[in-house]
Amino acid sequence: MRFVTFQKIGMQLVGLGILLAGMQPAYGIPAFARKFGLPCSACHEAWPMLNNFGQTFKDNGYQLGNDRDAPIYQDPGYWPIMFRTTPVWHRENNNRQTVDRVPGDPGSGLVEASVSTSGFDLGGVDAIAAGTLSKNISFFVQPFFGNSGVAITQAWARFDNLLGSHWLNVKMGKFELDEPISQERLLTLSNSGGLYYNYFFTPPGDNNFFQGIGFTQLGVEVQGHSDNDYTRYSLAVVTNSNGQTGLPSSNTYDLYANFNKAFEARWFGRQEAGVYGYFGESPTYFLTQNGNPIPGTGQGNRSFYRIGAYGHWYVNKFDFYTFYMHGSDNVFLGNAVPSNHPELLPPGAVGPTWNGGFIEGHYNPTPRWIVLGRYELTRMSRQANPGIPDNAGNLDTWTVGYRWYPIMNPRAGLAWTQEFSRINNIGAAPLSSQDAIRNSLMMGFDFDF
Amino acid sequence: MRTKVGSKLRLGSAAIVISLLWSVTGLAQESHIGNLTGNARRGKALYVRYCIFCHGSEGDGRGESASYLDPKPRDFTKAVFKCRSTPNGSLPLDSDLYDTISRGIHASGMPSWKPLLRQERVDLVAYIKTFSSAFQEEKPGAPVVIPPEPANSAESIRRGAELFQNMNCWSCHGKDGRGHGPSAATLTDSKGYPVTPFDFTSGSRFKCGETDRDMFRDLTTGLDGSPMPSFADAMTADQRWDVVHYIRSLNAPKGHSKLKAELKTP
Repeated sequence: MRFVTFQKIGMQLVGLGILLAGMQPAYGIPAFARKFGLPCSACHEAWPMLNNFGQTFKDNGYQLGNDRDAPIYQDPGYWPIMFRTTPVWHRENNNRQTVDRVPGDPGSGLVEASVSTSGFDLGGVDAIAAGTLSKNISFFVQPFFGNSGVAITQAWARFDNLLGSHWLNVKMGKFELDEPISQERLLTLSNSGGLYYNYFFTPPGDNNFFQGIGFTQLGVEVQGHSDNDYTRYSLAVVTNSNGQTGLPSSNTYDLYANFNKAFEARWFGRQEAGVYGYFGESPTYFLTQNGNPIPGTGQGNRSFYRIGAYGHWYVNKFDFYTFYMHGSDNVFLGNAVPSNHPELLPPGAVGPTWNGGFIEGHYNPTPRWIVLGRYELTRMSRQANPGIPDNAGNLDTWTVGYRWYPIMNPRAGLAWTQEFSRINNIGAAPLSSQDAIRNSLMMGFDFDF
Repeated sequence: MRTKVGSKLRLGSAAIVISLLWSVTGLAQESHIGNLTGNARRGKALYVRYCIFCHGSEGDGRGESASYLDPKPRDFTKAVFKCRSTPNGSLPLDSDLYDTISRGIHASGMPSWKPLLRQERVDLVAYIKTFSSAFQEEKPGAPVVIPPEPANSAESIRRGAELFQNMNCWSCHGKDGRGHGPSAATLTDSKGYPVTPFDFTSGSRFKCGETDRDMFRDLTTGLDGSPMPSFADAMTADQRWDVVHYIRSLNAPKGHSKLKAELKTP
């Protein structure tokens, strides 16, 4: 009986294998392909993650440089618009959720309980319009339609190849910083694994207006690169507003810089290493009217920075991201104390510092398959307030998954994705101060068209 | 014992069959650029990722986007290549294919693939050669000799202008080099697709390279598969340099304007 069952499963697997093997590459007629005649896999190692050709194309202002880039070569009916959405099923578990002891009775006291939820879901819809307005003028507009409304994730214009050089490009608007590893092109989507935590980390008790390099920012960027993109730099001056429009913070500007250099290692492939840094000042209090803060009137600015190094290492069909960050906030930011009231600082208060990093590995045997795993950690090295436990804020995250692309091109990409992620906020359970662990299991479609 | 011998025989037979299949399918094809050796098997994976959409799974230039492209993608099965350092009608060197992949073809859908690793581009060359048996049956021609370039003088340009007329270059490229000569509308490539003669006034980026040496080489080898013939026999090396200098002057906006005016004067 058991043999019969295994035989049946085996036959089904063989059938599935034949079905998969018999599927021809489903190349459609995507938006960029209509313009350039290239498959999506030309630019993406696995969509949306760029390969070096795609990064070069992007850095060139969505231009291939073969005199077919200007919109005059396009069909007049062509609009470079794409939509992306991710209908998924997911299950979330929080092992130490704080709940009322008796549901509906706030007087019964709080306890920690394991809480699970599951179901079909939809995060929202990204609409992306990108391309060239003219030769050497490019643009990118990305509104996000979510459950709570519409938000402009990115909107910028860029003057490319100024003075006829790849080394001088100027972008202005709201854009993703030239991050070491793009948050916008993350391969993972689950609740616990769908972001790089170090990009958004804030120490316990900290009230820095800046929330991390993972947010898109408002400002101007100067960027340059070599012909083959093996050497790149970027320098951005952004308003200290954490990407929010309307100047909500103060009249200060932050500076972000990134430099990376790649080289070829025979037998292995492309190797890349880089350094980056974000340096800024954030207000510690606001002018008020009837006691209410007036947006944009931040005062008492204090400094902070995020610096680090990273790499992208290929070993044939395997590749690895490595990332390191060191962060530091001023003592007033770290303790959420207005700088005009230093007497409010707790005894022994200092500026918090921390270190973090991750390693993310990919196995990419074909353009249609990618298997990935990531481990990320953050460790506080110095708490702002001696009263805060040393390990508060520390976290560990594991994510494993794969993506399969039955359809993969810029106009109509479809990925089936499955992943499991687990985040351990060390000592973060609010009542017991034990580890708060969240598990996410997710599967679904990620498609754009 | 008998079983072991039988087993070894079976293994040996399997190895021979696999080797035969390997060579028949052409995946044993190699390419050589400097100290790099290209591997067709690795090249195939790259071809599927980067090239198949235009050049097609059979390498015949009939990929899914081919119908949207002008000019059409190269048909590798014909083993006919425009950009070569070898004489008219002969196979290109590996380095010619490598240079084309790296440089791209200006004013076409073919981009520069310089962002790929050098090894990857060499692997692609090896795989492209598998589409035609010609690469297994013939050797590429010897590279044409490019003598040192003489000085680019007004006299050389004047001689080049005369040759441009006398050699009937103008019938395709036009009297003023703008690519609209009387024959231009009727030109087709070897597959019957219409082709447009190059407009020499449009810029300095030519299909097979930007330097004067590249232009001299084009005049010497011709662009196989297109109506552009070889002038290796019709003109001496010095005359070809003169034509190169004249063509350069057509895209010289300021320095040669007076000269261009003089040349137009009968």
